Amino acid sequence: MLRLEGVQIRSGDFTLRADWSVETGARVAVIGPSGAGKTTLLEAIAGFRDLAAGRILWDGRDIGRDAPGARPIAMLFQDGNLFPHLSVAENAGLGVSPDLRLTPADRTRVRQALARVGLEGLEDRKPAALSGGQQSRAALARVLLQGRPLLLLDEPFAALGPALKAEMLDLVAELAAESGATLMMISHDPADARRIAGQAILVADGVAGAPQPVAALLDTPPPALRAYLGEG
Amino acid sequence: MARRAQPLSPALGVVAALGVAVLILGALAAVFWRAEAGRGLGPADWQAVRFTVVQAALSAGVSVGFALPVARALARRRFPGRAALIALMGAPFILPVIVAVLGLLAVFGRSGWISQGLSLIGLPPLRIYGLHGVVLAHVFFNLPLATRLILQGWQEIPAERFRLAAQLGAGPGAIWRLLEWPMLRRTAPGALAVIFAICLTSFAVALTLGGGPRATTVELAIYQAFRFDFDLARAALLSVLQIVLTGVAAALALRAAMGEGFGVGLDRAIRRWDAQGWVLKGQDGLAIALAALFLLLPLAAIATEGVAGLIALPASVWGAALNSLLIAAGSTAILLLIALPMAVAVALMRHPGWVEGAGLLGMAVSPLVIGTGAFIVIYPVADPAALALPVTALVNALMALPFALRILVPRARAVIGDFGRLALSLNMGRRAFVRLVLWPRMRPQIGFAAGLAAALSMGDLGVIALFADQEVATLPLQIYRLMGAYRMEAAAGAALLLLTLSVLLFWLFDRGGRRHAEA
Repeated sequence: MLRLEGVQIRSGDFTLRADWSVETGARVAVIGPSGAGKTTLLEAIAGFRDLAAGRILWDGRDIGRDAPGARPIAMLFQDGNLFPHLSVAENAGLGVSPDLRLTPADRTRVRQALARVGLEGLEDRKPAALSGGQQSRAALARVLLQGRPLLLLDEPFAALGPALKAEMLDLVAELAAESGATLMMISHDPADARRIAGQAILVADGVAGAPQPVAALLDTPPPALRAYLGEG
Repeated sequence: MARRAQPLSPALGVVAALGVAVLILGALAAVFWRAEAGRGLGPADWQAVRFTVVQAALSAGVSVGFALPVARALARRRFPGRAALIALMGAPFILPVIVAVLGLLAVFGRSGWISQGLSLIGLPPLRIYGLHGVVLAHVFFNLPLATRLILQGWQEIPAERFRLAAQLGAGPGAIWRLLEWPMLRRTAPGALAVIFAICLTSFAVALTLGGGPRATTVELAIYQAFRFDFDLARAALLSVLQIVLTGVAAALALRAAMGEGFGVGLDRAIRRWDAQGWVLKGQDGLAIALAALFLLLPLAAIATEGVAGLIALPASVWGAALNSLLIAAGSTAILLLIALPMAVAVALMRHPGWVEGAGLLGMAVSPLVIGTGAFIVIYPVADPAALALPVTALVNALMALPFALRILVPRARAVIGDFGRLALSLNMGRRAFVRLVLWPRMRPQIGFAAGLAAALSMGDLGVIALFADQEVATLPLQIYRLMGAYRMEAAAGAALLLLTLSVLLFWLFDRGGRRHAEA
């Protein structure tokens, strides 16, 4: 279980507050207007921002002071999720060993993970020689190999077309279900949230609200969300 | 202040910056300590100061003055070979001064090509030694630099502005007032200041084309105080003078905010609709042709005159060449060991001001001043001649440091900015980050910086002249000695060898960096 206890994140004059829990295995969409602090929230959980107050706990253990790589978290960013000078297999292999010293058994695991996301035979390609969808799959293979229990997505598929994005989100949901990982994903598209997330967190007006069922939140949106969605 | 998670530590770079600061400031301190103000400056010293400032101002003015029409022509014309000519304008940076001087002598000298032509029609030969020779050589080196700096200003005028001007029916005169003059008011003072600062510390040019009481720079006077009088106190006093001059000039040059002049994208030609008249086309063609001739003729002279000398090079030249290669290799290694950690530290630190400042110190002091300081420190404890090669390598590295940082820092910032978070989230350690990310992604820049450092060190004629005795020589120093002995053919051959080695070193490093490197 991920627990944010009296958390405050400060960035200049802006403060974002959060105080809630996410159940293990839950799939949570993070929604809200642009600039409300969705990325800030995920960056704080991942360890790229310091907390001004409060604690972040994973299964009861305080991880708020751990280095980003020491947290039980894998994160995909908006861009730059692959090293352009490394091959697909090397990029994925970083999920097994971040210094790329791989045993033959590790290499087999990397091949299997790449096959699982549908990149069989493309192991030696560089990212530039892949399509956008294939690049996303390579990053997901690495996430799979990292085997972290909490996966944070900061709109890594935003540059893909609608069909491809839906396909990637389905793959993410499948992979998370297989490994039992908890998933938190920023989304600008209510349809995405409905598609794969059971719950949603609304970030608006300096507060990241507690997770609620997606359908309930989107069907009867509070004023801040209604203004953002532009409905009635 | 909030802690920021970082994939690397700035500690090594901070240590390197401290080392650089201690070395340079230590040398300055030694100079101040040894300088005896009591004796004061004689009329000859003031003459040297006057000459230094006058020749630097003239060199800057003439370089920028001629660069204006050339840059304007390059900005508004497209022709085959344009990219090659602009690339050639970058070449003087790695061209050894002594080589250029020999080339200029072969073209403009007393028995050079032009003088021979003049004698055919009964005119007296040109006289190259003295103020105008010094300025000529400085313009040869800095006209291309000024052209590149000003051309960059032209290229930075957005293409939309020219489209708008064309749409309004603005002719060349209106475009000059609307777009070009405001841009030049921004870029030309910077170019003037940079070239003035460069020419202020001129040594090798003054040594070969100047000399005599009326054409001595302060830098050359320091050398003469050493060589002819072995008067350390006077050399130190002159060094203090030089520190003041270069300090002021460097401050001026830094204040006139500059583009970097290595700029990429200079080969892009902006489509222009003005300046289509035949007169203007002829003007531009003439400017480009004259500039190309001015740059190419001395190089051609080195090639043609050098080939004959190359066959019968004295053994001393080969030994000197080996020394120069050793110095260049050592200097490049030292430079990278200092510059890489410093670039990383600057990229990581929130307030990297003083690390950057330490990197710029090399621009504010001249090689002979550092050499004098080093000599003062070494002389009581060891034989300076025995340390000539390592000291030269070290000073060359310190001098190349500002350029290397200009190349490395932006890339280090980009690499850490783009991939730092990803590496952290993967729990990649510092060593792994250097091996897997930093090195492969910075290799082209490292190769370029190393190539510049190697070529600069290979062609340098400065500190070595202070430290070397008759036994030791680098290739540039050996060429100077051959010139002094009037063995011009051997000197030309050695110059061709030096030019080849310098270009080869640059090419090897630069290519090595870019090979298999991907965007």
